[in-house]
Amino acid sequence: MTAIQETAHESEHAQDHHHDHPAWLAHHFDDAEQQFDAGKLGMWLFLVTEVLFFSGMFCAYSLYRNRDPQVFEFCSRFLNEKLGAINTGVLLFSSLTMAWAVRAAQLKQHKLLVGMLGATLGCAAMFLGVKAVEYSHKWELGLFPGKFYVSQIPGAAHGEHGYLGSLCIVPLILTIIAGVYYIYSLATMSKFHQQVAGPILVAGACFFGGVQLGRILEAEETTHHAAEHAAHEHSPGASHDHSQDHSAGELLPEKEGGEVIALGHKSIEDVKVMSEELKTPDASVNQKSMAGLFFSIYYCMTGVHAVHIIGGMLVITWLIVKAAREEFHDQYFGPVDNVGLYWHLVDFIWIYLFPLLYLIT
Amino acid sequence: MSVADRPIVSPASGEGAAYPEHHFLNHTSGFLSWALTLDHKRIGLMYLVGVMSSFALGGMFALMIRLHLWNFKDGWLSNQTYNQVFTLHGAIMVFLFIIPSIPAALGNFLLPIMLGTKDVAFPRLNLGSFYLWVTGLVLFLTALSITGLDTGWTFYTPYSIETQKGGAVLAATFGVFVLGFSSIFTGLNFIVTINTMRPPGMTWFRMPLFLWATYATSIIQVLATPVLGITVLLLSAERLLGIGIFDPKLNGDPVTFQHFFWFYSHPAVYIMILPAMGIISELMSVHCHKGIFGYRMIAYSSVAIALFGFLVWGHHMFTSGMADVTTIVFSALTFTVSIPSAIKVFNWLGTMYQGTVSLNTPMLYALAFIFLFTIGGLTGLPLGALALDMHMHDTYFVVAHFHYVMMGGTLVAFLGGLFHWWPKMTGKMFNDNVGMISAAIVFVGFNLTFLPQFVLGTRGMPRRYATYLEEFQDLHRLSTIGSLTLGIGLLVALLVLLHSLFYGRRAPTNPWGGATLEWVCSSPPPHDNFATAPTVGDPYDFNGIEYDAKQGGYVKKA
Ligand code: HEM
Ligand SMILES: [Cu+2]
Repeated sequence: MTAIQETAHESEHAQDHHHDHPAWLAHHFDDAEQQFDAGKLGMWLFLVTEVLFFSGMFCAYSLYRNRDPQVFEFCSRFLNEKLGAINTGVLLFSSLTMAWAVRAAQLKQHKLLVGMLGATLGCAAMFLGVKAVEYSHKWELGLFPGKFYVSQIPGAAHGEHGYLGSLCIVPLILTIIAGVYYIYSLATMSKFHQQVAGPILVAGACFFGGVQLGRILEAEETTHHAAEHAAHEHSPGASHDHSQDHSAGELLPEKEGGEVIALGHKSIEDVKVMSEELKTPDASVNQKSMAGLFFSIYYCMTGVHAVHIIGGMLVITWLIVKAAREEFHDQYFGPVDNVGLYWHLVDFIWIYLFPLLYLIT
Repeated sequence: MSVADRPIVSPASGEGAAYPEHHFLNHTSGFLSWALTLDHKRIGLMYLVGVMSSFALGGMFALMIRLHLWNFKDGWLSNQTYNQVFTLHGAIMVFLFIIPSIPAALGNFLLPIMLGTKDVAFPRLNLGSFYLWVTGLVLFLTALSITGLDTGWTFYTPYSIETQKGGAVLAATFGVFVLGFSSIFTGLNFIVTINTMRPPGMTWFRMPLFLWATYATSIIQVLATPVLGITVLLLSAERLLGIGIFDPKLNGDPVTFQHFFWFYSHPAVYIMILPAMGIISELMSVHCHKGIFGYRMIAYSSVAIALFGFLVWGHHMFTSGMADVTTIVFSALTFTVSIPSAIKVFNWLGTMYQGTVSLNTPMLYALAFIFLFTIGGLTGLPLGALALDMHMHDTYFVVAHFHYVMMGGTLVAFLGGLFHWWPKMTGKMFNDNVGMISAAIVFVGFNLTFLPQFVLGTRGMPRRYATYLEEFQDLHRLSTIGSLTLGIGLLVALLVLLHSLFYGRRAPTNPWGGATLEWVCSSPPPHDNFATAPTVGDPYDFNGIEYDAKQGGYVKKA
């Protein structure tokens, strides 16, 4: 029976009349397949718009990197590639759990589905936890975007501003709410509420796990560099590759002559030859209009990406609720599948962001 | 029965027609039944009211501009206010009116019915788009009340970074961002509906051309609008955080902003015109009672326009500073987009040839469209020519060009479509004679307003100036008189439509003799569109349809 064969006149309320339409099939679709196809195509188109949305920023990135490569080389050393790598791993793992969730939905493995969605949610939270450490650490150093960028002075002491604390306030509140909800679900012994509250609470914990992990690694990096810095000072002719992993802590060195390096017009070979000089970036790079621009791009790209992670967490939470109600089965798993597609795209964009921003040198 | 036997006049009232007692308008009632409706027809009507109100608002600003320019100096607005007025005029007309006008209002109403389905693929998303549009409207009104948006509708940097009125810029750019997503979701919805929900028998080449046009439009909406989204987002970040990406003071590049902006906004002009072309294809065929000439060429040329349109944005920036080669390539590519447009014009004229033309309101608007759009399109060519544009850029010639295509094209087609489908949407016939008078006044008023502007432009009158040389005063006054005439014409059109709501006689199922599916379902259509499954046939085969005086409309031949 096709959609249009049904008469409208007799229908007071569309849904009551489609006895052949199960609740999960919207009344304007003929069958499960059509509904699934529509959802899928819709999601793919949405992903296309997402890619184009990011493409604007990728364009800006390539324009400015092409124009001022030395700025990007200088600035990327302030990014902690260990944290970036961990986050890459976390997101890749979450893609796996998401894909597994789709399978679980098809096979009606409801418990497993909730578990897998919960794992994905936890990974997302952990990603944000690590990101919070990265952001707050940069802000303490004064590495702000654009006109707020503070020129870096070697060896200067950086005060604690409590940025990390403020970033954690909202997650903390949410985690506490989730905790209360979980206790409530235990008290009422409602299996449904437990299945919803559990993963959310775990995700909250994962966020703080991420924060803790990030802090440990960030601190390690700083002390490591401080030590290295001391050694470096005593041996002025330190080897080239030694300087490769220098980062925030000490790269702003003792001024070895403030001559302006105009790399913009040089060929790649020239740049390589001069990379020895690069580790001693001069004032022309270390300022608002140069390094500031890099951090603008960095914050815009990773910030918009983080917003997408948060959006993803919201829809995954919605899926957990549906999954706890055992709504999915082999005829109806479109929502899980489509959120999965979205999630893979968010991962995929990070896979590009990581090398483009963190691994420049 | 030969075509000539059919009456050329619009249908007279008749008895015994099957008028529906129960339809989507009285299906449910109460405010919430509209505000929360998932019915594409009601959403379409809400959009219709919304875009027409925005048009009225934008039109007020237009008249303010024209009245200000009556004298060559000391107009009644201060220079600062003048800047704000033309900015709001442009921004409201582009983002709130013309982009959503045909796709979101008429398209929403018609697309599922023409396709033979119950609704669009994602009815909730559809309602969501509408509320995004409302949010955008609110943000624009905020910008309006903060008073101060004075950057022009293009938000060029560094104006938009440096202007004192930061709050207004933020509100407006955020409004554009939200409106962009409204537009994206509408386009996405339409593509999915057409791809996955066509009923049996509705093959791609049996789709009415309006659907092809809507489909091509949707492709642009989905592909181009996100770039606008990120552009205005970066611009807000620029204002809020001073990120410097577009700010030369921080080593950013303002020309990059222009590239991003026009990468959207050139394709956006095809978001505006393609659906209008779709309407004209329907109107031409139905009111000439003759199959459309060159169906496939029209269908393909819609898609061609959509694709070519992505390659020519640089023609807005010939004087902004680009490499010489780049300007030459953009200039050359610009000429290619005019080819598919010309194909369409030829096909419409071919459709009229030996047709049985019913001269009624929709048809008059359609004829006006062809005339005005041709002038608009042809004047795009000298602008696309690099050497000429160096002189004419930012003059009234450009202003006249885009008003011929946007207002003479899209708005006139929108009105034609509105009259054409009005009986279907509301179940009421309007007064055709007064409708035709409105079309005539609009046509005359329009040309009186904008023809002088071509002349002004070629003589060197720059756009967006609050004062001008005395020698231009006569032409400016002509233009102002024209704009008032135009306003009267539009008012008459509105009154005709409103009058019909209260005093119009009931519309038959098929008042014009159309062969597409919307003319099969009752006027107004039932809640779920089709009481019985329509048989999908050739949308432009009029042989099976004849006039029935008893019904006052057309019926299938027995
Ligand atoms: C038929 C092919 C067309 C060609 C070859 C063409 C060409 C051009 C060119 C070269 C310009 C830039 C002039 C300048 O700023 O110096 C321009 C401006 C413009 N065109 Fe067209 N055009 C065409 C059709 C359209 C259509 C269909 C629309 C809209 C429905 C449109 C809307 C505009 C607008 C709004 C501007 C001015 C934007 C601004 O600076 O504010 N054009 N056109
Ligand atoms: Cu253009």
